[in-house]
Order: sequence, then structure tokens, then C-alpha cells
Amino acid sequence: MTDKLITAAIVVVGVPAVLVGYIWATEQVLRILPERHRPSLRPWLWLAPALAFLALFLVYPMLGTILRSFQDNPGKNFVGLDNFFWFFGSPDALSSLKNNLLWLIFLTLFVVGFGLLVAVLVDKVKYESFAKSVIFVPLAISMVAAGVIWLYMYQYKPPGAIQTGTLNAAIGIAGLGPVPWLQVEDFSVNTFMLIIVMAWMWTGFAMVIISAALKGINPELMEAARMDGATEWQVFRGIVFPLLVPTLVVVSTTMVITALKAFDVVFTMTSGNLNTNVIANQMYAEMFKFNQYGRASAIAVVLLLAIIPIMFFNIGRFRAQEAVR
Amino acid sequence: MAQRFRWFLPLVVVALVMAACGTSTSSGDAKTVTVIGTWTDAEQDAFLAMVKPWETETGNKVKYQGTRSINDILAAGVPTGVLPDLAGLPGPGQMAEYAAAGALQPLDDVLDVATYTDETSPALVELGKSDGKTYGVFIKAALKGLIYYNTASHDYADAPPATWDELISQGEANQGDAEALWCVGIESGDASGWPATDWIENILLRQSGPDVYNDWWAGKVKWTDPKVKAAFDLYKEVIDNSYGGGTNTVATKFELAGDPLFKSPPGCEFFQQANFMSGLGKFADLKAGTDFNAFPFPALNADYAKAVEGAGDLFGMFHATDAAKSLMKYLVTADAQDIWVKAGGALSANKNATSYPDDFSKNAGAAVANAEQFVFDASDLMPSAMNAAFWSHMVSLTSGSETVDEALVALQAVADDAYKPAS
Repeated sequence: MTDKLITAAIVVVGVPAVLVGYIWATEQVLRILPERHRPSLRPWLWLAPALAFLALFLVYPMLGTILRSFQDNPGKNFVGLDNFFWFFGSPDALSSLKNNLLWLIFLTLFVVGFGLLVAVLVDKVKYESFAKSVIFVPLAISMVAAGVIWLYMYQYKPPGAIQTGTLNAAIGIAGLGPVPWLQVEDFSVNTFMLIIVMAWMWTGFAMVIISAALKGINPELMEAARMDGATEWQVFRGIVFPLLVPTLVVVSTTMVITALKAFDVVFTMTSGNLNTNVIANQMYAEMFKFNQYGRASAIAVVLLLAIIPIMFFNIGRFRAQEAVR
Repeated sequence: MAQRFRWFLPLVVVALVMAACGTSTSSGDAKTVTVIGTWTDAEQDAFLAMVKPWETETGNKVKYQGTRSINDILAAGVPTGVLPDLAGLPGPGQMAEYAAAGALQPLDDVLDVATYTDETSPALVELGKSDGKTYGVFIKAALKGLIYYNTASHDYADAPPATWDELISQGEANQGDAEALWCVGIESGDASGWPATDWIENILLRQSGPDVYNDWWAGKVKWTDPKVKAAFDLYKEVIDNSYGGGTNTVATKFELAGDPLFKSPPGCEFFQQANFMSGLGKFADLKAGTDFNAFPFPALNADYAKAVEGAGDLFGMFHATDAAKSLMKYLVTADAQDIWVKAGGALSANKNATSYPDDFSKNAGAAVANAEQFVFDASDLMPSAMNAAFWSHMVSLTSGSETVDEALVALQAVADDAYKPAS
């Protein structure tokens, strides 16, 4: 026990001390060098620890994963593209890919759509901060807990029994149901039920960011439009929306990446059964349940390749915006 | 002076941090035995009670950790060597794997082999062996395929149905106002579908016998084989006669699946589950043998009427320290096992552990220890990818999103891949 306390103390005091020591040491090194090299070298020396950590914990594992995706399971032989052929030939994987596409399109639509709607509407009321807090709260819940909460919402009991699930109890009042929400595969209803859970969590995030952008719009612009006789809808279409577009793009790309990484909600609510699986969950199963490191790595690489264009698009947008400024 | 000293400061700090990191991973002293197992809560208390006399006698200590993710811990621990002294093993397949990797220590010189073989069900002794050496012992056993019923509805204790046809006809005769014949529930989070795999196993074992059963989980009998299909067809019949049908079966947690037995009017007449069910759901609040009881799974083919399916918690040793050896030796003795079974819920593989709290557990324990044809839970013996697909397709089949044939073809496709020898 005292061992651990001493270790903790050394870490708490030691790590900052090492960092301060490092910066101090680099300054000593720079002092030896000629004056004109110093400004160009200094930023690199300051960045070096961060870059080293990035290389060790991000770049190295990524390269390792890519390498591993071309190897067989024990990691001894190279098998070329076998793991990728397996992935695109397995019906389970294709079903997961289709579901991820649904996640990508509809999670983004729901989150950005509702986030925008709420942000614009609460902007016009007095109890704005209260309304925003309520909608933001779900984001603070862990995704596993959210999954469990929504399992109760969707709970199914046979017809005639007391419906303990919120949704089935509600439609039961109208004499409908019960519907086994998480078992209906037609039109991927069960996948949509899972997307709704995630949308419920992330709408608050989109709302806060869009709302902040909304506050940044010069009210005089809208005043001027109204003076010229524009209706509220015309003000929104012609002024507010175009000015919000950069923000909406940022939120959308964040949501697209969130959708591609969707895991927790699926894992806790259906564990991928009944065609609700997603690729992140499949990667987890291959890795930790089946010990198929080669295949799990191949899935990770596919996921990475899917995300890269979105990252580039995002960076491109960001640069374009900076250029305008 | 001060100027010169300043150069040293960062170096001293680095050295201190490294020293601290270095010492924090030192191993504990030999008198403590580290144990990990899947038992938590009441089961953990029972296990700790079981090791107490050993601790008192030897002066050693057991450091126990109960966790559900034992697979992940061992899978990560075997290549890196960061392992407990003793651990629960996921199944005989993994046991053989860890033994081949040299991580598991053989127990032939540790146990009192003559007594152990004499006291333990031969089928379970055999399952603990790999390459002729004993690597695992069953610390705890379970009996699968008991048919539970509410004694208030009808008491089958005097004349339990011996065959499936008798069960169906007696069930129909005694239906009263029960809504359905069966209660089934297969929801179990990440492992959803496993109670349905137990159904298939119990049916297949009694329809086609232990040889077909063992060939089936070993991948030598195809899923599309008519014998396997017959088991799936009978399961589908059960679901068609179940409370709330397949939809409710998929939506119902297995722990609560037997509760409608005690509803008024009853939701169903029978409920198939393992012996440990007596400690779950409504069963936990009721008295075994009085409020509810169970009879063995009835015969489907007279040749295999004595066959029994069971499961158990395998236990193995990763570090052969003196204290670990002594604890291992102690755990399989009748004295230790007696403490374990007295707590209730657990069955022992040891014939001489008979201090069961009630007749219900005593009968189940005797059925395991004296089984003539004993088979181990098949899905636990399959490769993990096969097992997961089996669970998942049972969910699809039960919910009605797949037909029996579709499920079997899909499972065979998984089998073609999962049983491939590791290259």
C-alpha cells in the first residue's frame, strides 16, 4: 500500500518535473547553437515529447495493425489480402456494413436535424438555458447506461400481460401493440431503434455547438432583413442557415465518425443479434472472442480507410475557411 | 556550484521515476496464492468459506478475484506470462490450448490421483485431461436439462414422465388453465441464445446418443445432417408451444423465464434449465422440492435414456508454487467440496461430497456423479467463433427471422471456417 502511495506521489510530482526539466534542458542545448537556428528549432524541440508519444501510441500501433491485417492468425505468415477477401465475402460482415451505412446517414441526419431545430427554437424563448440543459444531459450518461435505460423503453411482454416497457405501455393505451421493437428486422426497424438511442444522446452536443454559432450571427443582419419585410422563414433560409453551414459541416463530420465507431449501444442492447451488428462490434468479437487478430486488424483497416476521406474533407473545409478569414 | 547542480536535477527526477516504475511490479511473496474465478457475490462467499480451513491449517492466504471476463484475462496473460497462480478455465478447449502453450502446469504430481479418480465422475476426470496428463479439475459441476414445474399445478414427483411422448400427453392432460406447455427465455446480454443451445444439446443427445453428440461439437457431424436437423425441428415445436411464442422467448431474460410457472393462471407448465436455476428468478424465493420441483429430461430414444448433459467450472494451475499445489490438492477433496455444496446452488463432481442443503440438489449432484453416459455442454466445447454463431443463430431462429434450414446452412458455413486447423 505505501509502495503504491510513494509511486503515485513520484508520478504526480515527477512527471511535471520531468517535463519542466526537459524544456529547461532544451533551452540549454539551444544556447550552445548559433542564434539564427534557434527560432526554427525551438518549436520542434518543444513538440518532440508530444510527437514521440503520438508515434508510440498512435502511429506505431496503426502501422502494426496494417501489417497484421495481411498476416494469418498466429501472425507468422503473410496471407496477402485473404483477411480482406474474408471480410467482403462474409454475409455477417456485409450486413454490418449495411447497418453502418444506415447509422452513418440517419444518425447524422437525426442529430444535426434535431440539434438545429432545437437550437433555433430555444433561441426564441426565455427558459433557453433550462431547455438546453435538459437536452444536453443525456450526453453525460455513459453509452452503456443509455443502452440499459433504452432496453426498458423498448421492453416487450406478450400480449395480455402488463406492458412494463415505456413505449409498449404508451401505444397500449391506444390499443396498439405490443411491438418487439428490437426484433423487427423489416426495414431495419431494430437498427433504427438503436440509432434513436444514439441520436438521443448526441442531439445535445449538436445543439450546443449550433446554438453557439447562432449567437455569433450579427443580429443587425436579421433586423435589416425583417425591416425589408422578410418573413421569419425567409430570414432563416436566406441568412441564418447559410451562416450556419460551416458549423453544420463540422457537426456532421463528427457524427459521421461517431456513427462509424458505433459500438457500445449495439453491444449492450442487442449484441449484434438479428441483423443489428456493426463493424466495430464485429471487430471486437473477432479480436477478443475468437482471437482472430488478422481478421480483426483487417476490419480496423477497412474502418480506417472509410474514415480517412472524411478527415481530409474536414481538413479541406477548415483550410478553406481559414483562407476566407 | 548552483549552476552545475541544475544540470543534474532533471536526470535525478528521471531516475526516480524509473526506479518507482521498476519496483511496483515485483511479485508477491510465496505464501499468498492468487486465484481468479468467475464466481462473484454469493458464490464468491462460498468459495472463500471453502478455502478458509486450508488457510487456517497452513497459515497461507488466498487472494481471490471474481471476474466475468476471465477469457480476456487468460487470453492476454498466456502470451505475456502475467497470470494468477490458480484460475478458472473457460472450457476444455482452452485448457488444452494453454497446456500446449506450456502455461498450465500438469496436476498429476499435485493431486492424490488415486483418491481423485475414485471419487470423481469418470467423464469429468477425462475432460480434465490433455495429452494423457491432468491439467484441469472440476471444482464445481452443473446438471443441464432439468424440467422444472410448479408443484401446485401438478406434482410429477411420484410418476415423472419417462419419455418425451409421455411428457407431452401428461402435459396436455394436466394443462388446466395454463396458457402454454413451455416457458422459454434466451435473453442473456452478450451471450443471448445460450439457453436455446442447451435445448438443442439435450434433444440431440437423447435422440441420437453421445457419439453423434460428441462428433457434432467436434465438427465431424455436419449441421445440415438430418440428425441435427431433427433436434432443431423439435426445438421449434417447443417454441411454437411456448408462453408468448418465439418473440417473447427472445425478449425474456433467462433468469426470469421460469417465473410464469407461478403466475395465476399459469403461463406454462414446464420450464427446462440447469440445476443452478433453483437459485435464480422466482425460484430463489421458493422452496425446492415443496413449491417447485424438477424431473430429468425425458428419453427420446430408449437406447440413450441414461445420458446426461452437464457442465462445470474447470480449474487449473499456472504457477507451481508449494502453496498453490497444496491449495489445489485441498480443493478437490470431499471435505472442501462438502463446504461448497452446503452453501447451495453448486453441485460437486466428487461423489463423497453429500452435504447438500436439500433433496433437490442432492439428487442433481448424484445424477452428475453417477452418470453412466455423461456429456459436457457442447457449445462450450466448440471453437469460440462457432459457439458465438450458434448462440446468435438460435436467437434468429427463435425470433422467426430464420427457418431451421437457413440457420443450419449458415451454421455449417461458419463451421467450415471455424474448425480449420490453425496454420
